[in-house]
Amino acid sequence: MTERTGALARDAVTEAAASPPTGDALEDGAVTARLEEAARPGVMAMPSRPTGQGLLAWLRWAWRTLTSMRTAVLLLLALALAAVPGSLLPQRGVAFDPGAVTRFLADNPVLGPWLDRLGFFEVYSSSWFAAIYMLLMVSMTGCVLPRAARLWQSARAEPPRAPTNLARLDEHRRGNVTAEPAQVLEVAASHLRARRFRVVVDETSVRAEKGYLREVGNLVFHLSLLVLLFGVAIGSLFGFEGRVIVVEGASFTNTRLQYDEFTPGPLTDAESLTPFSFTLEDFTAEFEMSGPQRGSARDFQAEVTVLRTPGGVAEEDTIAVNHPLQVDGTKVFLTGHGYAPVVSVRDGRGQTVFTGPVVFVPFDGNLSSEGVIKVPDAQPTQLGFEGFFLPTASVDPAAGPRSLYPDLVDPQLLLTAYTGDLGLADGAPQSVFRLDKTDLTQVTSGDQPFARALVPGESMTLPDGQGTLTFESVSRFANFQIAHDPGKEIALAAAVALLLGLTVSLAVRRRRIWIRVTAAREGGASTIEAATYALTRRGPVPDELSSVLAAVPGAEPAATDASPHDRED
Amino acid sequence: MPTPTFLAELSDRLIYSAIAVYALAMLTYACQAARRSPAVAHDVRQMEHVAAGAHTGRNASSPPRTVVDRATTEGAATQRLERIAAALTMLAFVLHLAGVLTRGLAAGRAPWGNMYEFTAAATLAATAAYLAFLRRQPVRDLGVWILALVTLCLGLAVTVLYTPAGDLVPALNSYWLVIHVAAAIIAGGVFTVGAAATGLYLLRRRADARDTSGQATRGYAGRLPAGATLERVAHTAHLFAFPVWTFAVLAGAIWAEDSWGRYWGWDPKETWAFITWVLYAAYLHAQSTAGWRGRKAAWLALAGYAAFLFNFVGVNLFITGLHSYAGV
Ligand code: HEM
Repeated sequence: MTERTGALARDAVTEAAASPPTGDALEDGAVTARLEEAARPGVMAMPSRPTGQGLLAWLRWAWRTLTSMRTAVLLLLALALAAVPGSLLPQRGVAFDPGAVTRFLADNPVLGPWLDRLGFFEVYSSSWFAAIYMLLMVSMTGCVLPRAARLWQSARAEPPRAPTNLARLDEHRRGNVTAEPAQVLEVAASHLRARRFRVVVDETSVRAEKGYLREVGNLVFHLSLLVLLFGVAIGSLFGFEGRVIVVEGASFTNTRLQYDEFTPGPLTDAESLTPFSFTLEDFTAEFEMSGPQRGSARDFQAEVTVLRTPGGVAEEDTIAVNHPLQVDGTKVFLTGHGYAPVVSVRDGRGQTVFTGPVVFVPFDGNLSSEGVIKVPDAQPTQLGFEGFFLPTASVDPAAGPRSLYPDLVDPQLLLTAYTGDLGLADGAPQSVFRLDKTDLTQVTSGDQPFARALVPGESMTLPDGQGTLTFESVSRFANFQIAHDPGKEIALAAAVALLLGLTVSLAVRRRRIWIRVTAAREGGASTIEAATYALTRRGPVPDELSSVLAAVPGAEPAATDASPHDRED
Repeated sequence: MPTPTFLAELSDRLIYSAIAVYALAMLTYACQAARRSPAVAHDVRQMEHVAAGAHTGRNASSPPRTVVDRATTEGAATQRLERIAAALTMLAFVLHLAGVLTRGLAAGRAPWGNMYEFTAAATLAATAAYLAFLRRQPVRDLGVWILALVTLCLGLAVTVLYTPAGDLVPALNSYWLVIHVAAAIIAGGVFTVGAAATGLYLLRRRADARDTSGQATRGYAGRLPAGATLERVAHTAHLFAFPVWTFAVLAGAIWAEDSWGRYWGWDPKETWAFITWVLYAAYLHAQSTAGWRGRKAAWLALAGYAAFLFNFVGVNLFITGLHSYAGV
């Protein structure tokens, strides 16, 4: 195999040299293409159409086409293009804005459903995206594995014989030597061996090859991509991702029911999650006090007490941004925070029917938040409240109630009230952040809606003795993202291998060196010829030939600098 | 120890000075390019064909000889201009480097925490890559373009993107930030050299293709190095930058796992990093594919660079995602 490559290379080079180096033909014309195709293992042309008849020939042709480099380039291009729409259109299941797809569909009633049908809102799990990368993987495996087999053969075979005309190779030197040919060859060979070439010496020449590691790197790199994909697949099949809000003082136990949002993979065993629990003891947030970035968050921390196993020992721990809590393979990340005003409500009968913190959801950087309080146990009618919580209150006549700063400088709770039926009885699931107003009536005073702004400690009493709400104090809540990805370690190992393989394959140059000594005819000096030839796109290593020649005893370097190109001038 | 305010002001002054010197260097390169006569350039091109390995277009072994030939065929004045331009670039680079360092000292962290700082650091990397290449590769013709880009971006940085030195939002406060962004910046700098070489390669090639008369190629393109030389420079740059970019993407995934609980979530920034990576992988394959090498491969490299730029500019400004920087 290697032998044949050498011979082909020689023929092709001869042809290339025969045509004058003009214009385009020089760079990527047919001549160069043939030369490269024959000589450099990496450069491949399309397979020609099947010559024989029958299914087998066609299948072989199809496989060769699929595994050709041209197909690889086209598939890579297709993969890049296919990834674009997902970044421009809203995507389902992307963390930062879950409502985006619904909004987009509402705004684009004609185009939207079509895009939806074609999978444009789930690009990265769509069948066409999967088709492209699966084809790519098949093509890659079919291309790289045979290459590995060839590498195995050529690494065990001897470096090929020198082409007759060494002057046609990448770099070539010629000169005279006075020393014995056998001695010259032996010195050159040991010089190359010391540089870890594989070397074979025959009567008149030395042949050497080095840089097999490049192919190994290339193989490792490509196969790591397969392993990486495998790791990703394990993660999305068996892992899960969930979100939960925990108020200061409250606890979370890792069971499916306690999650506000839970996204398992198709094969996740959601009934046997790692049984840990934690209590959010204290949440602290620090903000920039002054300057142009006033109000930007500087530090968040959640102080928690963790039970790593049920009935185990309680441990104190801190969860911070970039510093998750880890229990077995499950990780708990702090992703956000906000305020939960603590209120108590007495109903028309004077009984306390609700007391506790209520989560208000922030909607801007200064933690202006909105939320609702539902009091289904109130008598004679149920009560509902809706409004804003502002850590540093201001009421802008144009923009409405807005917080000026994210910390608790002037906390106020602004509420309006509703009476009637909260709609909880029929069992239909309802958002805790929204009032279902179908059977509710807004409380009014005069002809205005009843609305009050409360500071901590203040109460508001609804007209007609319908009830009283007291704003007791403010708690904080934290958003946690909890994730388990059993494929993570595989993916990480693959990523490391990928990077190593890639670096090796790009840094190492595979190349051959031939040294030939032609014995002197009548008493004159012997001729030494040395040539190097790169099997990769990058040229041979600079000065490698010179260093071999410099080591040879009795060589006359002055006469040696002859590259084929100079001779053409 | 100087106060942070002092350092921050010093940093601003240094960056302004760097912009001025960059502009001067760019003009000097432009004058130098204009003064070279096409006839001389033609000779140089022929020799470069030879030096670059006429048959295979990829023999990189004899640049010193080319340099000598050039020195004898080009006017002394042109040479002097070239040396002045290189020295000015060096000076601007030093000022720029000092500006970025003082900024980091003022903020007490790695100086790439917002878009202003990122631009300053990325342009610094581009100049550094250019200067590094200048020592071993025939890239001086890229100088005017790379400096134009650097000057323009720095100009935009100080006018539009400017953010006073300050602390970071907590999500960015991680040593993975330092590693991930540093790798992205270095890769970006070298990709810039690759893109400039690729652009000039396409210019040169088009001019050569038009010129079938065998005469010297006229105009600006005629004075550029041979297509094969430019292509080789571009290939070298991309070969270096690609693994660095790969590392940046992987480090980003590790950082994402640490702060959001998943290493890959198709966030727009991640998506465009992936697109950039895949396009450059396509370029590297095209370089080894008969029929794709040359012009088509060059367009793939430029597409990769466009995706890289879009990720930085477009995604930050037009698409919302998790990768937000404080104050743009
Ligand atoms: C996700 C897909 C792929 C990626 C990211 C990728 C990436 C790369 C990279 C970075 C190189 C090094 C380029 C160089 O040496 O200049 C390379 C080389 C190579 N790739 Fe891929 N590749 C992919 C798929 C494929 C496929 C589908 C094939 C075959 C059909 C393939 C075959 C090869 C071969 C033969 C080489 C060696 C080229 C040479 O000797 O110059 N790769 N690949």
